[in-house]
Amino acid sequence: MSEPIISIRNVTKEFSGGVKAVDNVSIDIEQNEFFALLGPSGCGKTTLLRMISGLETPTSGQIFIGGEDMAFTPPNLRPTNMVFQSYAVFPHMTVEQNVAYGLKVTGVAPDEIKRRVAEALEMVKLSHLAARKPDQMSGGQRQRVALARALVKRPKVLLLDEPLSALDAKLRDDMRLELTRLQETVGITFIIVTHDQDEALSMASRIAVMNKGGVAQIATPADLYEQPKTKFVADFIGKVNLLDAAILRQNTKTISCNTKVLGKFDIDTDKTCGSEATIAIRPEKLKLTVKKPIGAKLVCKPAIIKDVAYYGDTSHVIADVDGVMLEVNVQNDSRTGGAGVERGQKIFVSFNPHDALVLTE
Amino acid sequence: MRAALKPGQGPLDYARRPWIIALFAAVLVFLYAPIASLIAFSFNVDKSGVWHGFTFLNYVKAWHNDQVFYALINSITIALISTFFSTIFGAMTALTLWRFRFPMKHVYENFVALPIVVPEICMGISLSMFFSYTGMMSAVRDWIWPLNLINIIFAHIAFSFPFVAVVVRSRLVGFNRQLEEASKDLGASELQTFINVLVPFMMPALVAGALLAFTLSLDDFVITLFSSGPGSVTFPVKIYGMVKRGVDMQINAASTVLIVITLAATLLAMKMLGPGKPAH
Repeated sequence: MSEPIISIRNVTKEFSGGVKAVDNVSIDIEQNEFFALLGPSGCGKTTLLRMISGLETPTSGQIFIGGEDMAFTPPNLRPTNMVFQSYAVFPHMTVEQNVAYGLKVTGVAPDEIKRRVAEALEMVKLSHLAARKPDQMSGGQRQRVALARALVKRPKVLLLDEPLSALDAKLRDDMRLELTRLQETVGITFIIVTHDQDEALSMASRIAVMNKGGVAQIATPADLYEQPKTKFVADFIGKVNLLDAAILRQNTKTISCNTKVLGKFDIDTDKTCGSEATIAIRPEKLKLTVKKPIGAKLVCKPAIIKDVAYYGDTSHVIADVDGVMLEVNVQNDSRTGGAGVERGQKIFVSFNPHDALVLTE
Repeated sequence: MRAALKPGQGPLDYARRPWIIALFAAVLVFLYAPIASLIAFSFNVDKSGVWHGFTFLNYVKAWHNDQVFYALINSITIALISTFFSTIFGAMTALTLWRFRFPMKHVYENFVALPIVVPEICMGISLSMFFSYTGMMSAVRDWIWPLNLINIIFAHIAFSFPFVAVVVRSRLVGFNRQLEEASKDLGASELQTFINVLVPFMMPALVAGALLAFTLSLDDFVITLFSSGPGSVTFPVKIYGMVKRGVDMQINAASTVLIVITLAATLLAMKMLGPGKPAH
């Protein structure tokens, strides 16, 4: 693999008062990646992005961009450009002037500015609005201006700070596709900061989940979802049922565990466990059946339906197993009946232990 | 029963109520009747305060009255120069207070606003003493015009730049710092960012502040009186002198010119700023 375009080495950012917003973080981001920094608010993801852009400097550590340590290079001299959360489109300039700004201040020839601005506006489909002022545009359009303004600079890395958070749901879906398309067309590295796991999962090729200033896990979306390393990651990415379990036996590839609610079963794992662990089961891996299902390996328990929330394509069912609430997702795959269960109904909850996961952290 | 709303009337449609319209009208009359009568009587043929017929003669007389004419020129010159400097100093003060954190900032911030509340007479006396002690009062007497007005210009800058600072400062509160960051991120230097992003944002406040400084300077009497030497008379001071000697319609004529100048400046500024500039 070629040299990473961005290499963050042991970066720590301490704000006045001793709060460590980013604590000893190291991340390598490859050329042409669509990389997401994901985490709850206050986890340090935005601070990290701002340090990559040069709007903040780290307290310690190095940030290599294109092989050069730029931790203390001012933002105007870095090959990165940012799309701000508030878009930060200059209100006193037209769309065209906004996009041209970054080229003009760095002394690009007028002919080239004109050509590149036209090209960038074409790319974000705003050519027809070139003469507009930002206050005559919608939020979505303003964001496209911000995008064009950053891309026209042909940065090595495009940084996006919560780009979809201010858009309404429908527009957000469109923009999500648009961003992925753009990233493929321009072929530069995108780094996106988001607190929305759906956004990260659907757009990014790799995700760094951050928590309390540190990196909890870096993985592809599928690996994050199916193979979370910690309880935090499992809980933050998607929904999950977490069950405390006592470990009875550990063999080379399997463990036998005993959970209070679901009883004893064996799970495949290569983790070494102590006497206790957490078993994680995604809601869609649990099955609801009226009759007791047949299958030697299946773990099955009787339950009572406590609540059914209808979401159109799926229903989220809360099943009460001996006083412990388990969340079960049911596909509404027939047009009649929704989840096919109703509150108070007695039912069986079952799952294949293959689909459960052992978490030790 | 409580008063009900009429059909189609919202709870905040106060402007449709007759008594409020009457109140608005009364306020307008109260504010503008004196000015209107001043302008009207500048066209009066007689100085008795009773309307005797229309004439432009007062304007002609005022124009040919060298003392009034030079006082007016002095006033406008002082106003233009002091406005220029107080706008720059005011903007710089506002930027400093907005941008930087430094020890005793609060104290400094309050002290800057002090000239706004300090009674003019106190400021006038202190400036007068300052110019006397430093010898400026007598020194400038023999200097050529407009340098002989320098004391008044200094005084006017001193009392009007805090007004500019306050106006600009309150505009800067609404500034989205990400605009500044975006500019730097796009490759602009500190200076380029200032000129291309911050100054355009401050522009409405700069114009408003400048207008404020201009009008404050133009009609200042107390401070000007204390800081001006015998040779340098401004328009308000001159008018005061003339009023002491009896009413003359020339004063009305000259005052009307002053009103027209300020009004024109205000309209120009409003036109320059355009309607409804957003604050972000």
